[in-house]
Amino acid sequence: MPELPLLDIDRLTIGYTPHHAREPVHVVRDVSFTVGRQEIVGLVGESGSGKTQTARAVLRMTTPPLQPLAGRIVLDGTDLLTLPEQSMRRVRGAKVAMIFQDPRSSLNPLMRIGDQLARVYTSHQRISQRAAWQEAIDMLRRVGIAGPARVARSYPHQLSGGMCQRVMIGLALGIRPALLIADEPTTGLDVTIQAQILELIQQTRAETGASILLITHDLGVIAETCQRVVVMFDGRIVEIATVEELFRNPMHPHTLRLLRATPGTPVSAHKPAETVVEEPGVGLRELAPGHFVLGHKLAQEIAR
Amino acid sequence: MGSLPARDPRIYVGGGILLALIALALIGPHFTSDPLMPDPESILQPPSSAELLGTDNYGRSVLARVVGGAQLDLLIALFAAVLAFVVGSLVGGFTGFAGGFVDDVMMRLVDILQSFPAFLLALGVAAMLGNEIRNVVLAIAVAYCPYFVRIVRGEMLAARVTPYALAARAVGNPPTRVMLYHLLPNCLGPSIVQLTLCLGYSILDAAGLSFLGIGIRPPTAEWGVLVAEGTQYVNSGQWWIAGFPGLAILLAVLCFNLLGDRLREAVRA
Repeated sequence: MPELPLLDIDRLTIGYTPHHAREPVHVVRDVSFTVGRQEIVGLVGESGSGKTQTARAVLRMTTPPLQPLAGRIVLDGTDLLTLPEQSMRRVRGAKVAMIFQDPRSSLNPLMRIGDQLARVYTSHQRISQRAAWQEAIDMLRRVGIAGPARVARSYPHQLSGGMCQRVMIGLALGIRPALLIADEPTTGLDVTIQAQILELIQQTRAETGASILLITHDLGVIAETCQRVVVMFDGRIVEIATVEELFRNPMHPHTLRLLRATPGTPVSAHKPAETVVEEPGVGLRELAPGHFVLGHKLAQEIAR
Repeated sequence: MGSLPARDPRIYVGGGILLALIALALIGPHFTSDPLMPDPESILQPPSSAELLGTDNYGRSVLARVVGGAQLDLLIALFAAVLAFVVGSLVGGFTGFAGGFVDDVMMRLVDILQSFPAFLLALGVAAMLGNEIRNVVLAIAVAYCPYFVRIVRGEMLAARVTPYALAARAVGNPPTRVMLYHLLPNCLGPSIVQLTLCLGYSILDAAGLSFLGIGIRPPTAEWGVLVAEGTQYVNSGQWWIAGFPGLAILLAVLCFNLLGDRLREAVRA
């Protein structure tokens, strides 16, 4: 059981130093969490909480001028932050894949779907154009696209948003990643399509054994899909827990607020008394097994 | 692309003239006499059924010379504009993608080049390099290159932050491949419009350089040379010597402008 986690993010800090400033500005502070093998971990938080930059840091693709300033990101035993760019490219191409929100604009508008998929195969293995095209069609079928041969010949603007996201997932799976990062993969899709995409993501894990880091601000998505949840607020992690634990017993006030902000979530309303008062200078504390909450009075009392 | 009406008169008029000019340049020379062959028997003849566009002061057929010029001028324009397009787009794509210091330096160089009117710049370069067809092409390409650099660079600045640029990087493409293979083709739309317009200007400039005597040299049949040779006879009534080559220049520039205009709307829509 104490197997090494696939991804271990350790005290990651992301930020940049503005002109004429001595102190760097941090957008992500001291973030540590792990993603186990074949685990689906949810990363929630509102816009600007640093969840996307944290995930992008795994690919070393934070939005400039932001960059990782401290900490380690260990994937399968290698620290990605110290890897030379050349080797990093191989990580991006082969070990970690990312799917983005707004799938339509994440596809090259001038290339046919089949060509985009086929390129993934031809650039990673010795394979003929024709065989790559065939694999592209197979992949489209696997991600649940009807009429894959026809879709392969289409351009992105001819597809619906849901289809584009399926294609994106297909592209990501084409490189057989050990870790799939999904950055708000269902934003902008309507609810039935959302459900289908989430199902596809889960099915993906079952088929390929990939670990998944799912970024979202939709707690409903988390509840349906993930095993563990990391809650971020203002660039810090405020709570980590299993899905059941988090929904049953949210401890941090911000988690509670997030839960309350989701319509039709009954859990949160009941136990405001058990939330905690934040206290500066205290790190994450383990309240219950696997349930970490950012430092506060109640945590200290329990620890005592 | 937009759903503009296909039956646009600009396409028919512009395309018609262009096809006619190309046909003239390709097969015309087989039906006309030698554009360099003087004929002392028929000097300064006005247009007639024997000589459709008349003859010049050496008795050379104006029709043969205009047709011969069509071939030369279209080729010069094509090579100059395509050279400017290719080099300008690559440089613009690179500088826009690289950004930062490289971009700053390149843009200041472009500013310097663009501070000269294009024709004056071409004039200077051609005068420096000497009268040769190759140098005329080069001079015009240098003059128009900055426009392509600027256009493609602007597009690239927008393209490099698109989600598909990010996605292309996220699957392990090295930056050069992201730029050349994924982004550059997406940046070429406005540049292709500029290419069409540039073809027209190139013809005008090639003729202009020759007219001023620093482009193609007489007696080669070239529209600018023909106009220059004909001007001295306009006052004495032999208008056809300069008039018909002038008309050819006008039609050629007009057709490229019409097509470019229409293309611009298609790209914008």
